Amino acid sequence: MIQAVTVYVPRETAAVSLGAHDVAGKLSALDNVNVVRNGSRGMSWLEPLVEVVVDGRRIAYGPVAVEDIDGLLAAGFLEGGEHDLKVGPVEDIPYFRNQERWTFRRCGLIDPLSVDDYRAHGGFAGLAKALAEGPAHVREQVNMSGLRGRGGAGFPTGIKWQTVADAKGEQKYIACNADEGDSGTFSDRILMESDPLTLIEGMIIAGFAVGADKGYIYLRSEYPLTHRVLGKALTAARESGWLGENIQGTEFSFDIDVHLGAGSYVCGEETAMLESLEGKAGLIRYKPPLPAIEGLFGKPTVVNNVVTLGSVPDIIALGGDAYANLGVGRSKGTLAFQLAGNIKRGGLVEKAFGLTLRELIEDFGGGTASGRDIRAVQIGGPLGAYFAEQHLDTPLDYEAFAKVGGMIGHGGVVVFDDTVDMAEQARFAMEFCAIESCGKCTPCRIGSVRGVEVIDRILANEDRENNLNLLNELCDTMIDGSLCAMGGMTPFPVRSAVKYFPEDFKR
Amino acid sequence: MAIKYDATIATEIINQFEAAPEMLVQLLHAFVQRYGYICEEAIRQIAAELNLSRADVHGVVSFYHDFRTTPPGEHIVKICQAESCQAMGSRDLTAHAEKKLGVDLPGTTSDGKVSLEPVYCLGNCACSPAVMIDQKVYGRVSNAKLDDLLAQYGDGQ
Ligand SMILES: Cc1cc2nc3c(=O)[nH]c(=O)nc-3n(C[C@H](O)[C@H](O)[C@H](O)COP(=O)(O)O)c2cc1C
Ligand code: SF4
Ligand code: FES
Repeated sequence: MIQAVTVYVPRETAAVSLGAHDVAGKLSALDNVNVVRNGSRGMSWLEPLVEVVVDGRRIAYGPVAVEDIDGLLAAGFLEGGEHDLKVGPVEDIPYFRNQERWTFRRCGLIDPLSVDDYRAHGGFAGLAKALAEGPAHVREQVNMSGLRGRGGAGFPTGIKWQTVADAKGEQKYIACNADEGDSGTFSDRILMESDPLTLIEGMIIAGFAVGADKGYIYLRSEYPLTHRVLGKALTAARESGWLGENIQGTEFSFDIDVHLGAGSYVCGEETAMLESLEGKAGLIRYKPPLPAIEGLFGKPTVVNNVVTLGSVPDIIALGGDAYANLGVGRSKGTLAFQLAGNIKRGGLVEKAFGLTLRELIEDFGGGTASGRDIRAVQIGGPLGAYFAEQHLDTPLDYEAFAKVGGMIGHGGVVVFDDTVDMAEQARFAMEFCAIESCGKCTPCRIGSVRGVEVIDRILANEDRENNLNLLNELCDTMIDGSLCAMGGMTPFPVRSAVKYFPEDFKR
Repeated sequence: MAIKYDATIATEIINQFEAAPEMLVQLLHAFVQRYGYICEEAIRQIAAELNLSRADVHGVVSFYHDFRTTPPGEHIVKICQAESCQAMGSRDLTAHAEKKLGVDLPGTTSDGKVSLEPVYCLGNCACSPAVMIDQKVYGRVSNAKLDDLLAQYGDGQ
């Protein structure tokens, strides 16, 4: 009997959205092929990216549609044959080779649901070390790593964990924020679909470090495939003794439940998320008390983003200093940037902080998908500012971006070509705030509705100068009088659009 | 989707969540999954069995976009309206869908076949514009591709 050829076909939303299930189905029907459903390498523009194992190397072809398979077979792709869709060995693709993969290093490489595969690639080494060295060691390493929250606010993770560890109380929680509401972001999703055990391991380590025995993943409902993968991964972790009672025979027990969001953007804000986890409407809570002191059900709670938690296992396995050696200034380690919008090579780029926006968009992204000029780039989601050509050489680190009035946030980069109407984008920012406002404060709830009206008047050329002034005042009111960043930062995209693209408001 | 409301089954669903108020959001998802929407009877029964006021349950239902209170069409077509998809023509795609289906977003066709709805990011922004039909996500959806998909889902007039 001839040996079956192993072929990887991603089971990941972007790949599946472009036909990966059909491709996997057709290849599985061949009797000399063993299909493994991996996650994604993050090169979304090549999805579905099919990898064939030839002499121990993984040769990539993409994007593969089900209609291409007969031709690929005829070209001998199961032996690595030449074909228009052949991109060659995965590690040689510049987009991939030029990254610094830390958190996402196993994505696309392994079978996401196989604990054996995970362990063969360094999985659970961090947790094993944590269990051996003790909670104080873990907190010390996380502190030393300089890791800051990847959900948007960039708060030092080590300090947060220390606060929860020091807080009084028997019951503590780990709440993972997997709401990923920002347009242009999908790194949480890629990690959860491609290497869910990394998140699970990170949460267990967090629980061990602060003395919590229960974790929740608050997952947005827009991610049904992610939900299924997470459910299976949790089962696999439990069955192998890495999750649940007495993990690996130690005294430590920890379990995780997944809760679904329900289509609310503001529930990504940590206190609204806790309300939602408690079964209530997602109204923002006043701070203080901090969630670290009084969080879920009033108990001390670590709230961390998926990528933050997913970065922890290797910080423990390899040491906090190994992580801190990457990056610049106070932006340590790597960030998973996500290239989206009108971009030729959209996908996930994990890089140490400090490369410029231009390197990211042009070298990795290859410019616009339409081939036209780049006109605007929105960074950090719907509450992030729009930037123009003159900002492209800004280095990507938290402080440098704050200096130019922006934020890196969750690392989403949305590119627009020269057909964009920036007045329409400013209007949308206000409209989105009106739709998603939790309603607790007037400047956000009412101000955003007024904002839409004022922009409409500006565009209709009614008393333009006065209305532009009014828009500016409205932005001040929202910034000063909003309880959270929803109302407080919506003015950022609005103001940057007016400032850098004034011509679009004068037609 | 037109499953008739049944109080016994509703109680079963509620009991799956141990009638716990902190499971209300999860429980409402289960109701939507079964019945397509949250009807008045459901609100009354959930309130009674969870020991909450009807106003409490109403408050939660109306807060979340996922919890509709009217029956949906046979298929739910959600077109992403967020920035990345805007950069790749989602406004034109939405206009095309509205024209093709003869409804305004959000809305349900008069034959009850399709509900057209907005969604704000499907996490498929590297392959914008994105569309979700029922629970399936599609990427790089052109007008022609949307027409094909609608035909596949049985609305290809
Ligand atoms: C309106 C709003 C939406 C947010 N959405 C998210 C989100 O989807 N995911 C996330 O991790 N953080 C989100 N955040 C940030 C969280 O409030 C919080 O800072 C974060 O979850 C903390 O985790 P980290 O320290 O690991 O980043 C949002 C904040 C605001 C104000
Ligand atoms: S700013 Fe908006 S979203 Fe935030 S608390 Fe106030 S009303 Fe709610
Ligand atoms: S903005 Fe449309 S999928 Fe993210």
